[in-house]
Amino acid sequence: MILDLKKLRLRSVNEKLQNIDRKKNKRDFVISNPEGNHAVCAGLIDNIDVIIKGHVGYYCAGMNQNANITVEGNVGTGVAENMMSGKVHVKGNASQSAGATGHGGILIIDGDTSSRCGISMKGIDIIVKGSVGHMSAFMAQSGNLVVFGDAGEALGDSLYETNIYVKGKVKSLGADCEEKKMDKHHKTKLKELLKKAGSNIKPEQFKRYGSARKLYNFNIDNVSNY
Amino acid sequence: MCGIVGIYLKSKKFEKSLGGMLSKMLVSMESRGPDSAGFAIYNRDKNKLFKYSICLNEMNFDRFKKEIKKKIKFSKLEKNSDHVILKSIEKPSKIVPILEDITEISLVGYGKSIEIFKQVGKPSNVVKKFDLNKFSGSHAIGHTRMATESAITTDGSHPYSTGEDECLVHNGSLSNHNNLRRKLKKNGSKFNSDNDTEVAAGYISDSLKDRNLKQTLKKGLSDLDGFYTFIAGTHSGFAVLRDEIACKPAVIAETKDYVAISSEFQAMAHLPNVNNAKIFEPDPGIVYSWGK
Repeated sequence: MILDLKKLRLRSVNEKLQNIDRKKNKRDFVISNPEGNHAVCAGLIDNIDVIIKGHVGYYCAGMNQNANITVEGNVGTGVAENMMSGKVHVKGNASQSAGATGHGGILIIDGDTSSRCGISMKGIDIIVKGSVGHMSAFMAQSGNLVVFGDAGEALGDSLYETNIYVKGKVKSLGADCEEKKMDKHHKTKLKELLKKAGSNIKPEQFKRYGSARKLYNFNIDNVSNY
Repeated sequence: MCGIVGIYLKSKKFEKSLGGMLSKMLVSMESRGPDSAGFAIYNRDKNKLFKYSICLNEMNFDRFKKEIKKKIKFSKLEKNSDHVILKSIEKPSKIVPILEDITEISLVGYGKSIEIFKQVGKPSNVVKKFDLNKFSGSHAIGHTRMATESAITTDGSHPYSTGEDECLVHNGSLSNHNNLRRKLKKNGSKFNSDNDTEVAAGYISDSLKDRNLKQTLKKGLSDLDGFYTFIAGTHSGFAVLRDEIACKPAVIAETKDYVAISSEFQAMAHLPNVNNAKIFEPDPGIVYSWGK
C-alpha cells in the first residue's frame, strides 16, 4: 500500500501504521514524498515492512518494535531513537544521535552519521558502513556499534559495556575508553552482525574498543574525567 | 531553537525565483521560530547607488519623506510595508549619521547589493507583508526567531548587518557577548540591542577590516563562546560555520545550479531537483564558503 505524504497528513499515516489490522495481514507499505517530515514511522509495534522513499527529518522510526523500516534517503537527528526491536535500514546518511538510547533491534546505516551516534545505547546493534562523528557511543551501556569507516573525536566517552568495533581510524578515544583484545566470542558476534548487514568483510579487520571500567565508582583521582 | 536558511545561486537560472524559493524555506521553518522573521537579499548587479534598508517603526512615511528631502539632496525612496529602501549615490559615511539622527527609525542594513527586511510576527505573515516572492537576486539569507536572551522587537530580529553589504543570521546563543560588546564598543563599534547575535555580527565586521570572511570565522571559533550555526553574507556570497560541539543543526544541499542551507531538510524539500542534490551536514568547526 502506498501512503503519499503529499496527500495524507503525517499523523494519519503514523496512526495507520501503528494500528495494523492483524487479521487482514497487509504488511507491506511504502511512504512516498516524506519531504523531511519529523517522526515518520514513530512508535510502530507490528512486524510490518515499510519503505520510505526519500529524505526524512528527526526521530524517524523512534521507539520501533518489530517493524522493518527502510529509508531510501537521508535521515535527521535521532533515527531509531529508543528502538526496542525490529530493523531500521538507512540507505543514505544519518544526522546526530542515530540509535540514541536504543534497547534492541538493529540499525544499519549505509552512509555516514554525524556526532553522538549510539549515545547512551542500551542493547541495540548499530552498523554504520561509513564513518561516525565525534562523541559516538557516549555513555553507551550495552549492545554493539560497528563502524566500517573512521570515528571522530572522543569515541566511547564514559562508556559502560557496549562493544565498539571500528575498521578505520579513530581520531581520539574518550575518557575511560580503550582498545581491547578481540576474543573468539567477539569475532563470532561481529561475524553475525556483518552478515546481517550483508557484508563479507572479515571480523579480523576491525579493532575492538570498550570500557576500561575505571570510572564506574567515584574515585577522587579521576575527578577531572567526570 | 530558531531556524536559519540560505541560498546561493551558482547560475542565473533561478535568479528571478530566488525570493519565492527563500519564502517557502522561511515558512517551513516557522515551527522553529514563530516570534519574528527576516531576510537579506543580494543582487550582484553592478550598482552605483547605495541602498539603505530602513524600518520606519511607528514613523509616518510622508513625514519621513519630508525629513529626508530636507537632509539628502539626491535620493529615491521605495516603500515596502513598514520598510523603506533609500537609494542614493551618497556614501554611507555621509548618509548613516543622518539616518541615525532620525531616532524613530531603525537602519537595518546598507550596501550596494544588500536589502534587509525584518519584523516581528509569524514568518508566514512577515514573508507576505514584504512580498518576498517577487524578489530576485543572486543569494539570500533568512531567519526565523524563537526569542531567548533579548526582547521580541525589530531590533531583536535577524539578520544583523553591522557593515556594508554584510549580514549575519544565527541559530544558538553566545555566552560571552557582554564582554565582547564592551571590547568592540571601545574599538568604535555601535550596537542597537542587547542581542548576542548583533555582537557576533559586530565582531565579524570589525575583524573583516584586516581579514577575509573565512579567516574571520576561523578566528571566531576561539573568540566566540557558545552554541552556534552561523550564516554570514557578503556582497559576493556566504559562509557557514558551526561551533565545535555542533548541537545546532545545519544541512546543506548542493546542485549544479545552487547551494542551499537550512536548519532542517524539510525547509529544502520543495527546491528544484533537491532529491538529486549532494546533501551533507557541515562538519563542526569548519568554515564552508561560496562566492568570494
